Amino acid sequence: MELYQSTIHELQDKIKEGKTTATEITCSVLQRIDAVEEKVHSYIRVLKEEALAAATDADKEIKKGNIKPLSGIPVALKDIVCTKGLPTTCGSHILHNFVPPYDATVVEKLRAAGAIFIGKANMDEFAMGSSTETSYFGPTRNPWDLERIPGGSSGGSAAAVAADECIASIGSDTGGSIRQPAALCGIVGMKPTYGRVSRFGLIAFASSLDQIGPFTKDVEDCAIMMNVLAGYDPKESTSVNVEVPDYRQFVGKDIQGWKVGIPKEYFVEGIDPEVKAAIEAAIKTMEKCGAQSVEISLPHTQYCLAVYYIIAPAEASSNLARYDGVKYGFRAAGGDLLDMYRKTRMRGFGAEVKRRIMIGTYALSAGYYDAYYKKASQVRALIKRDFEDAFKKCDVILTPTTPTPAFKIGEKTDNPLQMYLSDIFTISTNLAGIPGISLPCGFTKSGLPIGVQFLAGHFQEGKLIQVASAYERKAQVEKRRPGL
Amino acid sequence: MEFEAVIGLEVHAQMLTDTKIFCNCSTKFGAAPNSHTCPVCLGMPGVLPVLNKKVVEYAMKMALATNCKINPTCEFARKNYFYPDLPKGYQISQYAYPLAEHGYVELEVNGGKKKIGITRIHMEEDAGKLLHDEHNPVSYVDLNRTGVPLIEIVSEPDIRSSEEAADYLKRLHEILVYLEICDGNMEEGSFRCDANVSIRPKGQKEFGTRTELKNMNSFRNVQRALEYEIKRQQYIVENGGAIVQETRLWDDAQGATNSMRGKEEAHDYRYFPDPDLVPVIVDAAWIDKIRVDMPELPQAKRERFISEYQISAYDAGVLTADKALAQYYEEVVAICAKPKQAANWLMGDVMKFLNEDKKTIRDCPIAAASLAEMINLIDAGTISGKMAKDIAEEMYRSGKKPQEVIAEKGMVQITDEAALAKTISSIIDANPQQLADYRAGKEKLFGYFVGQAMKATQGKANPQIVNDLLKKMLAGK
Repeated sequence: MELYQSTIHELQDKIKEGKTTATEITCSVLQRIDAVEEKVHSYIRVLKEEALAAATDADKEIKKGNIKPLSGIPVALKDIVCTKGLPTTCGSHILHNFVPPYDATVVEKLRAAGAIFIGKANMDEFAMGSSTETSYFGPTRNPWDLERIPGGSSGGSAAAVAADECIASIGSDTGGSIRQPAALCGIVGMKPTYGRVSRFGLIAFASSLDQIGPFTKDVEDCAIMMNVLAGYDPKESTSVNVEVPDYRQFVGKDIQGWKVGIPKEYFVEGIDPEVKAAIEAAIKTMEKCGAQSVEISLPHTQYCLAVYYIIAPAEASSNLARYDGVKYGFRAAGGDLLDMYRKTRMRGFGAEVKRRIMIGTYALSAGYYDAYYKKASQVRALIKRDFEDAFKKCDVILTPTTPTPAFKIGEKTDNPLQMYLSDIFTISTNLAGIPGISLPCGFTKSGLPIGVQFLAGHFQEGKLIQVASAYERKAQVEKRRPGL
Repeated sequence: MEFEAVIGLEVHAQMLTDTKIFCNCSTKFGAAPNSHTCPVCLGMPGVLPVLNKKVVEYAMKMALATNCKINPTCEFARKNYFYPDLPKGYQISQYAYPLAEHGYVELEVNGGKKKIGITRIHMEEDAGKLLHDEHNPVSYVDLNRTGVPLIEIVSEPDIRSSEEAADYLKRLHEILVYLEICDGNMEEGSFRCDANVSIRPKGQKEFGTRTELKNMNSFRNVQRALEYEIKRQQYIVENGGAIVQETRLWDDAQGATNSMRGKEEAHDYRYFPDPDLVPVIVDAAWIDKIRVDMPELPQAKRERFISEYQISAYDAGVLTADKALAQYYEEVVAICAKPKQAANWLMGDVMKFLNEDKKTIRDCPIAAASLAEMINLIDAGTISGKMAKDIAEEMYRSGKKPQEVIAEKGMVQITDEAALAKTISSIIDANPQQLADYRAGKEKLFGYFVGQAMKATQGKANPQIVNDLLKKMLAGK
């Protein structure tokens, strides 16, 4: 097995045993990037020089016996997290030349944990999309089928892990942008509780929904990454000061007697039959693990998409107002101030971003606020309560991550509503602020990965690691690698 | 037809915190452009605001001082609009749930008292400044002021004249400065005022169409702008016209308000709760903690001065207009226990010196203890009031204590009766004609002899003793 194919825990063992070095691992991953990046296009920018220099430094530390949780591990960052001195584009023309003078808190944490930043991963522009097709830098392709999308918006981060172009990566999830691409790329992706991982330095899409999380090759790696990422940040007002457990302790623990909630509203028409079959099999596997499946109801499920597509664009319309050509990023020449504003934003933003800015601006406008934003906020509270009620009856909830496997590039670009529906099972999680994890549960006949999603109550990431780890061990989903 | 004006004021007061409202940058005025900035106040991508707790506490002080009800929960909202001095494209302010509401300030009107209602007090961040190049068609942006904390104090439309408006503003200003939460500097923009004004026939309940006045940077200009605007509106209405709801800018040089014309009015700020900030919870314990630390407010101090020191309402008003002056006065009185004399000296000579030098009591070279001693020396007869005037001037010039000045100038009053009698005796001897006239009934000449005695003693003679001696000796006793 090549080093680039390994998991974090496998590489850490090898480093500890002196069987490999950070430099060897980094070179292995860089070679893999050289070999497949042209086909997959996971990255907006590969940080070759920086990664090699960091690997050299890491090896010096390792030699001194200073081995940290991610020492020598090449990690990709979605190009939405700010990296000091390195361009951070958010997949947009308007920030194509933006170089932040600061690091995101997660970047600081990962660096302190020894991670080696291997590249800035591609993404839908400003994380608005479910296919990574709206990136100003061109689409990323699904490593399992290069004709298909990897999911989005963190498609580059997911594809990079699936294609072994990094060992783990960072994404952000506003309505499913970690879990959906994780499912479509056949890897593990977690969206933590809102407030669990610092948003400082994460370029905002919808502030009340955005959350950073990891993509990994297995559940144990997810726990290792969460140990590094989670924690209170005084630089973020919505960060929550709740104790962070050692997530790794939940790996391999049994779930005997657990109740797994199956929301009836999530098994309606429109689900691909192969996805449905895989999820039904997953439910059976849970029972084999000693858990009991119980039907639950999340009665406001039907409103999730509508609520999301008011709140997220409303916040986005305000969050993206700062890209006005005055201070940084792209500026179009204009006759006067208003003309400069208009041309900068007209040319700097892509169509999907402009669509959402318009939807959001409309939803917040005088005379419409009560009917849209305010109403949506009220329904959001009901959705949150649905989950609180549900978790009185079960320990975790199991759902499909996506209604279909990866679709073809260009298939839904002309139909935004169809595109939005691909997040139907992931959006409610963000509205409720609860954590969710997606992990592989099988393949379609044509060889496309299918994901299963587990949800838990606020700050119950440990439960998610436990249930996902138990499932992963019991299901023994065939270990395949994309045929790149 | 007789009209009455209906005026409501919106005051923005800059809070005197060391750091900005949502980041750790300095709030100091006058630094090099953009030197007090960081990614947070520059509105860079991905940065987040963290509320400065001091701002809430300062705003709570103002709320308590203006009899407002502090809401148990308040929240920040985004006010969205595009302008180059607003780096995020929105201002973080408060909208649906402000910090405090339903307060009032009391004014003295025609000998009575009148309450001006305070609708709300809320917290917000200031915007930056544009500097327009005089020679080229470019503007520069200075974001030092961006994120400097402000409170906005919105009054009810309870004000009925430009005088009342000015009076209300002075009261607010005085309270803010007393609380030491705002420096009150109108020229630097630490205290700014916008006015909403309309007119209606006296007795009518409905409001007329209002205009909003901006750009008035002194109490006097607020008063002048309102006077002008009230007259302008009256003229239009009396001539059958209709008031247009609009924003008008005061032009100081022109002495008139002019329509801003245009886009300003079309703004839809699309307020919504800022998802990057959490609601501010203010519990009773926190309010109590702030209340305990509240200083005595100007009105209470004025009333106390009148009753405790038995000074006039006017004197109490002057002495309490500036907290430092009031404190100085109380220090003087605490030592000399002569509140009236202390008030006279402070408001007379001392204030005159300070005004001439454009100084405030904070820079007064005369220590409160020195002024008190001087008053004691007058009272003890050691120096005369006339001498004291010279001594006070010298104390102000040199910062010396009264005894030092007296010793240096040999200014001690002569109270030695024998010595004075000898002097007077020689004066009488030298003026036989005046003595004869005086004894013949020309009593006015008494003053002449006093003058001669004071002249001979270089003004140091104790006037009372001179008077007594002269009366006796001129009578030939």
